[in-house]
Amino acid sequence: MSALLEVADLGMRFGGLQAVDGVGFTVERAQVFAIIGPNGAGKTTVFNCISGFYRPTSGWAMLEAQPIHNLSSHRIARLGLVRTFQNVRLFKNMTVVENLLVAQHTRLVTNLWSGLIKLPRYRRSERQALEKASFWLDKVGLLPYANREAGNLAYGQQRRLEIARCMITQPSLLLLDEPAAGLNPQETRELNTLITELRAQHGVSVLLIEHDMSLVMGISEQILVMENGRPIALGTPAQIRSDPKVIKAYLGEE
Amino acid sequence: MSETSLVLLQQVINGLTLGSIYALIAIGYTMVYGIIGMINFAHGEVYMIGAYVGLLVITALGLLGITSVPVILLLTLAVCILVTSVFGWTLERVAYRPLRGNPRLVALISAIGMSIFLQNYVQIGQGARDVAMQPLVSGGWRFGPANGFQVYLSYMQVLIAVTTVLFMTLLTLFIARSRMGRACRACAQDLDMANLLGIDTDRVISLTFVLGAGLAAVAGVLVGLYYGLINPFIGFIAGIKAFTAAVLGGIGSIPGAMLGGLVLGLAESFTSAYLSTEYKDVVAFLLLVFVLLFRPTGLLGKPDVEKV
Amino acid sequence: MDELLRRHLPESVVMALVTAVLTIPILGVRIHIENLQVTLEGDGTPVYIAMAVVFLVRLFRAPLSQITGMVRIDRLLPSSDWLTRYRTGLLAAMIVLALIWPFVASRGAVDIATLALIYVMLGLGLNIVVGFAGLLDLGYVAFYAVGAYSYALLNQHFGLSFWECLPISIVLAGATGCLLGFPVLRLRGDYLAIVTLGFGEIIRLLLNNLDELTGGPDGIGNIPKPTLFGLEFARRASTEGGVTFHDFFGLRYDGADTIIFLYLIALLLALFTLFVSNRLLRMPVGRAWEALREDEIACRSLGLNPTLIKLSAFSLGASFGGMAGAFFAARQGFINPESFTFIESAIVLAIVVLGGMGSQLGVILAAVALTALPEVARQFDEYRMLIFGLIMVLMMIWRPQGLLPATRPRMELPQ
Repeated sequence: MSALLEVADLGMRFGGLQAVDGVGFTVERAQVFAIIGPNGAGKTTVFNCISGFYRPTSGWAMLEAQPIHNLSSHRIARLGLVRTFQNVRLFKNMTVVENLLVAQHTRLVTNLWSGLIKLPRYRRSERQALEKASFWLDKVGLLPYANREAGNLAYGQQRRLEIARCMITQPSLLLLDEPAAGLNPQETRELNTLITELRAQHGVSVLLIEHDMSLVMGISEQILVMENGRPIALGTPAQIRSDPKVIKAYLGEE
Repeated sequence: MSETSLVLLQQVINGLTLGSIYALIAIGYTMVYGIIGMINFAHGEVYMIGAYVGLLVITALGLLGITSVPVILLLTLAVCILVTSVFGWTLERVAYRPLRGNPRLVALISAIGMSIFLQNYVQIGQGARDVAMQPLVSGGWRFGPANGFQVYLSYMQVLIAVTTVLFMTLLTLFIARSRMGRACRACAQDLDMANLLGIDTDRVISLTFVLGAGLAAVAGVLVGLYYGLINPFIGFIAGIKAFTAAVLGGIGSIPGAMLGGLVLGLAESFTSAYLSTEYKDVVAFLLLVFVLLFRPTGLLGKPDVEKV
Repeated sequence: MDELLRRHLPESVVMALVTAVLTIPILGVRIHIENLQVTLEGDGTPVYIAMAVVFLVRLFRAPLSQITGMVRIDRLLPSSDWLTRYRTGLLAAMIVLALIWPFVASRGAVDIATLALIYVMLGLGLNIVVGFAGLLDLGYVAFYAVGAYSYALLNQHFGLSFWECLPISIVLAGATGCLLGFPVLRLRGDYLAIVTLGFGEIIRLLLNNLDELTGGPDGIGNIPKPTLFGLEFARRASTEGGVTFHDFFGLRYDGADTIIFLYLIALLLALFTLFVSNRLLRMPVGRAWEALREDEIACRSLGLNPTLIKLSAFSLGASFGGMAGAFFAARQGFINPESFTFIESAIVLAIVVLGGMGSQLGVILAAVALTALPEVARQFDEYRMLIFGLIMVLMMIWRPQGLLPATRPRMELPQ
């Protein structure tokens, strides 16, 4: 069986700036993979390329042996690769449960006539969507807040809702862009548990960008280190911790 | 020269004349867009008002017994620029400034409202019918065989070209050399940053509206003299065409607006000559649609990357 | 007080002078043409009045703003909670009133109400595009024209009746919406607005210039009125063997019957529009529109195809425009490109903006108000569009959410 996600020689150039160059890695099924590196290393650009928001200027990416580097973002999402954003992007004026309903849009009965005259299969599809939403809200501990406006949730809750919104689309690969940013230590520990659970119970692979080293080292099986748009190291947490190049990049010359 | 090339030359002359007018109006769209990122939908009406003021001033000067053409022209242009500048300034102050920071569409709807308002304001004041303008500059040169197609270049066309080049040069020098011009360029790059650095951005925004309105007034006067007929509705279509010119050249870019104006003028004059006069507006609109679809950055504009 | 005057006086004088510059060339001096002789007529009154008003308002703006601050428009208008609670009641009352109307009002009043209902259809249709999906469509009149010409041409060439043409008009207008929308809907909001305006103008210019098909500027006449199951509303049947309404029921011919009948059809169509747009809001596509308006990037990251979702709003809106157009052609009996100018698009947009983008109740009231008021106050007819323009500006400044702000029905999770 082929790897879940394979990225090779990925490059992205904005005008005269080579933001990402020669990035390659492989994410296996049900694996947690992390990309780390200093600010401006090009990590988010890699995410944007893989999820179809940018079209990479060189290299390729394949999801389950299917090329995705030329697809638009919504098609990639339908293939099972969904992401969160560094600055949470919820539908803030919609309720928490509506956020989860929108995420299920592609799987619902959206036929105009069945909705206008409320055919049984339309009612069933809407009921199932609500059931599924309440399952995931329960999972991330937001069930009591289901009918609140998403914008009124606390920051940590918004982050969890964003993850639930991704998971409800039943992805095979979940991309998390700095999921622990702005969380307190307690919330970070909860996030750690959540990611582990998602992987164990739902078989999803997680690709994450993170600055919180305790989180990254604790849950990742593979880590890619980037600096100035280029990969400088790839390996298990233990290998990365002892890699001289990584130590240099993080601590500077001593 | 063969007859076909003479006909072609005639179309080029007509196209460049028309294009100069569009270029003058397009500057107003492009400068405002470059700095605050909004489409000043009412800009065409400012041009229309410029034409009316021009007519009034020329008539008044005629009634006063002034006959020297250069004096009339200079006075008319001066008064028109002054009056429409006040219109441009007020427009920004009343209809756009209170909306700054709102979504683009809010400002656009306000601008459409202002456009409808101004059109009807002039209609109520000056009537809806065409008013004729006395030709101030008549005559021209003819080239070509005596018994065949003759190319006609009127003095008015030369005047339009010369005036346009003159005002464009002045504007370019102003933007490039003066203190306010530098502030304008800074604001076009990054309005918030310019504000932080102590540039009075409100003044710069007012200035762009005033400059745009002034150039539109020049276009209005020239059009009035060239075609001899004006009505309260000329602003709408001219405005959209000038906007097309601005988009075609690359919105936000001043040389782009000039280039776009000329290209659009040529396209229209060729359509009129070789296809049908009735379809010249269709061609202009199609050009707008195609540029926005296939090259939204225009001929000279810079691409902008969507921020995720 | 002195302090106040001293501070505001110079500024007020300047503003009064600015007003003079704005009014003299338009209202103060008028061009007068007689026998090819152009003269100027001066009239200082409007200029002085405008200057005085501006001067006083600027001078006393502090006390004035205190007064206007006390009279809060927001408090006078119903709050969104109030609207949510009484929405159904209000709608029911409006529908009852609309049903009684033709039997109590005069012929003229019923006729005006029919016109108002056309604008209700147009307003509700455009509301789907602008209010629900947040797409500014400045060429909405194009679909109105497609609907009207579809009926007129199909009737002229193939003899199809109003009721046969109505669904065809709806489908054709929707298809035109798809065709025009598909390439342009990925454009950013303000560019989209201008492109749709361009399309609107292109369609009008084509109607004007394709003389052989559309009759050019002369338009198409003799468009028949709708029938009631084949019964004509006319003094005499237009075809051999045709039956008229009054003959069939053994009544005396009364011209008012036609007007009432047309009104009832308009009401039916408007109610249909209301029903559909009301349902749409509660359907997945309505949620997707809202989500798309809030964050297109997030939508894409979840697999929603923005172009397709926008297209559904655009072509649904267009379909209702087409429906209104077909009815318009039937009511007028005559159409030409003059009825489909940009101003018509602007009026419908003003209705949506005034009523509150996304608010059906608001749009209905605004449509009725904006069509009925000019008829009631005929002497202000000249100022109608001036006031429309002003309303659009003022609404954007003071109450961009409209007079009756939208209250979106929320999907709730039963707890």
